[in-house]
Amino acid sequence: MAPPLIQARGLVKRFGDFTAVDGIDVEVGAGEAFGFLGPNGAGKSSTMRMVGCTSPPTGGELRILGMDPVRDGPAIRARLGVCPQLDNLDPELTVRENLTTYARYFGISRRVARARAVELLDFVQLSDRADSKVEPLSGGMKRRLTIARALVNEPEIVLLDEPTTGLDPQARHLVWERLFRLKQQGVTLVLTTHYMDEAEQLCDRLVVMDGGRIVAEGSPRALIEQHATREVVELRFAAESQEAFAGKLNALGERVEVLPDRVLVYVPDGDAAVAEVAALGLNPTNVLVRRSSLEDVFLHLTGRTLVD
Amino acid sequence: MTQLTRDRPALPRVPALAVLEYHLVGYRRTWRAGAFSSFLLPTLTVLGFGVGVGAYIDGGVGGVSYLEWIVGGLLASTAMQVAIAESTWPVFGNLQWQKIYFGQRSAPLRVDDILAGHLAFVLFRVLTSVIAFLLVTGALGALRSPWAVLAIPVAALLALAVAAPTFAYAASVDSDSWLAMLFRFAVIPMTLFAGVFFPVESLPLVLRWLAYVTPLWHAVDLCRAAVLGVAPYWSVVGHLCYLAAWSAGGWLLARRVFARRLVV
Repeated sequence: MAPPLIQARGLVKRFGDFTAVDGIDVEVGAGEAFGFLGPNGAGKSSTMRMVGCTSPPTGGELRILGMDPVRDGPAIRARLGVCPQLDNLDPELTVRENLTTYARYFGISRRVARARAVELLDFVQLSDRADSKVEPLSGGMKRRLTIARALVNEPEIVLLDEPTTGLDPQARHLVWERLFRLKQQGVTLVLTTHYMDEAEQLCDRLVVMDGGRIVAEGSPRALIEQHATREVVELRFAAESQEAFAGKLNALGERVEVLPDRVLVYVPDGDAAVAEVAALGLNPTNVLVRRSSLEDVFLHLTGRTLVD
Repeated sequence: MTQLTRDRPALPRVPALAVLEYHLVGYRRTWRAGAFSSFLLPTLTVLGFGVGVGAYIDGGVGGVSYLEWIVGGLLASTAMQVAIAESTWPVFGNLQWQKIYFGQRSAPLRVDDILAGHLAFVLFRVLTSVIAFLLVTGALGALRSPWAVLAIPVAALLALAVAAPTFAYAASVDSDSWLAMLFRFAVIPMTLFAGVFFPVESLPLVLRWLAYVTPLWHAVDLCRAAVLGVAPYWSVVGHLCYLAAWSAGGWLLARRVFARRLVV
């Protein structure tokens, strides 16, 4: 079997007294689409910067493409594509110049750089804006340009830190579709996100991070099976407090979660549970049966407390 | 194993040159305004100070007309102004606003390449300005000696001596209002008191020593000697070593601050 492209053991990143990444083990193989999921402050971006060889680890072991990120930084970065959380394009240059000047950092000849810019702008659907400045572009266009820039050296691994945060739905879908196509071409994708649908759509395998640690690992499907039931029944009661009903529902499912406005019952069979609710003589004003999602897993593992 | 040993495109031979190229591409959009001021500014200052003020100075300075005397100093101060202007907001912006340096960091460039490439661009801006200055003043007949061409390498050294520490300063401050302070408390006083407009020797002893400490005075003395075709007031080697020391010290400081900012 091919050695993993990314291999971390007990990886730690500390900033002074603050531990951003607290000893994680990660392996990403060639061609995989791997996701870091977690709330803000979970340590995802710090991990990505270490993998991107711009931030030296404080502790543990990290190998990228079989090399040491501190000693071989430039040699590794030559084979990575990085799409940072915040675009750092040059707003004064044209769309095309942003790609051609960046290509030169990789020792790519001007001729090849120009040709590649044409291909990549076509790939991210920005060909018609090639010679306009970056400044007036929409957020989605800038993101696509940043992704194109990350591909200019034909990288083996593409790192994407929250690739669709802040984009409107159309723009998100376009980015997903392009990333999916990259994945089909065999490019290894590593991304962070706090969008569950993004992780479900794109990732073969993911880890859930919380407080600098990995709290779960697996494929989206496996995580749902492991940490949630097949279906979820959402019940809303007319009464002031949903609490009163929770006790009676406990027997129905594997787990019951009481939220301020509704009660979630995790069950294998939603319709059967709804029938039981009626049999108990409870009268919810609103009933919804749905398949459980990664979001249920995520909230179960990382809690519902708001992290700013 | 093929994945790991696959042949990859070579890294740029001199990565800093790729960084310089990026800055030049950006400059292509604004060079007209830059070139215009490169010619206009020296013309106006030479005419205003040299001809205008010079009319009130009987007998010139040390046997040459005030215009001829002042032109070397103005050349050096122009070089310094351009060098510092190009090392303040552009550096701060690349770090804090557009975050250009961080994008470059993700490419196979080292911090030194990013720094050296940007400094090389500052050097380019200073050299073009100084050459324009010499062309204009030469055309106005203000240069007494062909040795004036030696002012070009001196201006380049001065540019490094002031730009490198300014890179360190601009990269270390958290608000751009600190940059305006640099002009108020360093650039303007230096321009006024480091021997550009009147000989440092006419200052009281304490202030004279302050002038000697500035990198500008050393370049002024050399540039003035070059355009007049005379020996400088102080040792040439001494001047060059002093400016080189500022450059080297500034470089070491700048790479430390850059590393602190870019390797986190």
